[in-house]
Amino acid sequence: MSLSTLGIGAACFLASAVEFVEALTIVLALGVMRGWRSALWGAVSALALLILAVAAIGPSITQRVDRHWLQLVVGVLLLIFGLQWLRKAILRSSGRLALHDEDEAFVSEAEAAHDAPRDLRLGLDWYAFTIAFKGVLLEGLEVVFIVVSFGASTSDRVPAVVGAGTAFALVLAFGIAVHRPLSRVPENLIKHGVGLLLSTFGVFWLVEGLNAVAKNGHPVEWPGGDVALPFILLAWFACSQFCIRALRRAPQGVIV
Amino acid sequence: MSYLRRFGRFWWDFVVGDEWRIALIVAVATALGVVAALDGRIRGELIACGVAVGVMAAVCDVVIAAGRRTR
Repeated sequence: MSLSTLGIGAACFLASAVEFVEALTIVLALGVMRGWRSALWGAVSALALLILAVAAIGPSITQRVDRHWLQLVVGVLLLIFGLQWLRKAILRSSGRLALHDEDEAFVSEAEAAHDAPRDLRLGLDWYAFTIAFKGVLLEGLEVVFIVVSFGASTSDRVPAVVGAGTAFALVLAFGIAVHRPLSRVPENLIKHGVGLLLSTFGVFWLVEGLNAVAKNGHPVEWPGGDVALPFILLAWFACSQFCIRALRRAPQGVIV
Repeated sequence: MSYLRRFGRFWWDFVVGDEWRIALIVAVATALGVVAALDGRIRGELIACGVAVGVMAAVCDVVIAAGRRTR
């Protein structure tokens, strides 16, 4: 298994796991407070829509768009996306941003669900259905974006799909088993890892994608090809540690 | 808020997020990379390393500055 395949599988698994944990918290809160039928219908409907989107968009992108142009666009988007994750992880690690708390998110979602009026439509509690639908759709959209991007930029889609699929199965299994938010998942650490991986592949593909416009006979290449990937990852890790240390040294307050 | 504005707002939040400076850094680095690749006078490996180092340095600066503003 190549370094690139391993990295793609890991990035998709970790990113998907974080998003699925957040979606699970919303569905659990609604299920407990408003009943499982409507919450599960909302979640399943959103999942079906996401699967349809992947099936429709994924293959057509790779067939119609030149690989270098695809790498350029995907690289730019993944890099922006990854850097947003990394930025938040750095701010949280340095105490500048409050840590995300799944228990707190569950309580707040459950309180809102408890206070909302009951409105029956199509035999479903419409509040539970729409909130579960929106929650799963929004969290899932990020997973779709990441999986489609990784799948489209390489000739092999399997690692991206297997990574996301494994994360979904694991989070679902744990959710059914423990029946409460997965608050023990070290979310900030995982988000830090995802930010590093997305930023690494983002800058790697952005540069590879420059070949879409490169002058003939003057290709834009990474020194060593795929071997550059772990070095880019290491450089991003060094950058994040540098930022965390610089922010820990400075006088601070916490955003709540 | 109109439907179109909400649609635009959603995608802006989804892609650009809370810190627009990061998106700007990536856009500028891409533009410079494209210019260098079109020109063809700079070696490919140098363009690759230049884009990576430039983005990393600018992102560190922006993140540290953003963190300090939260005092």
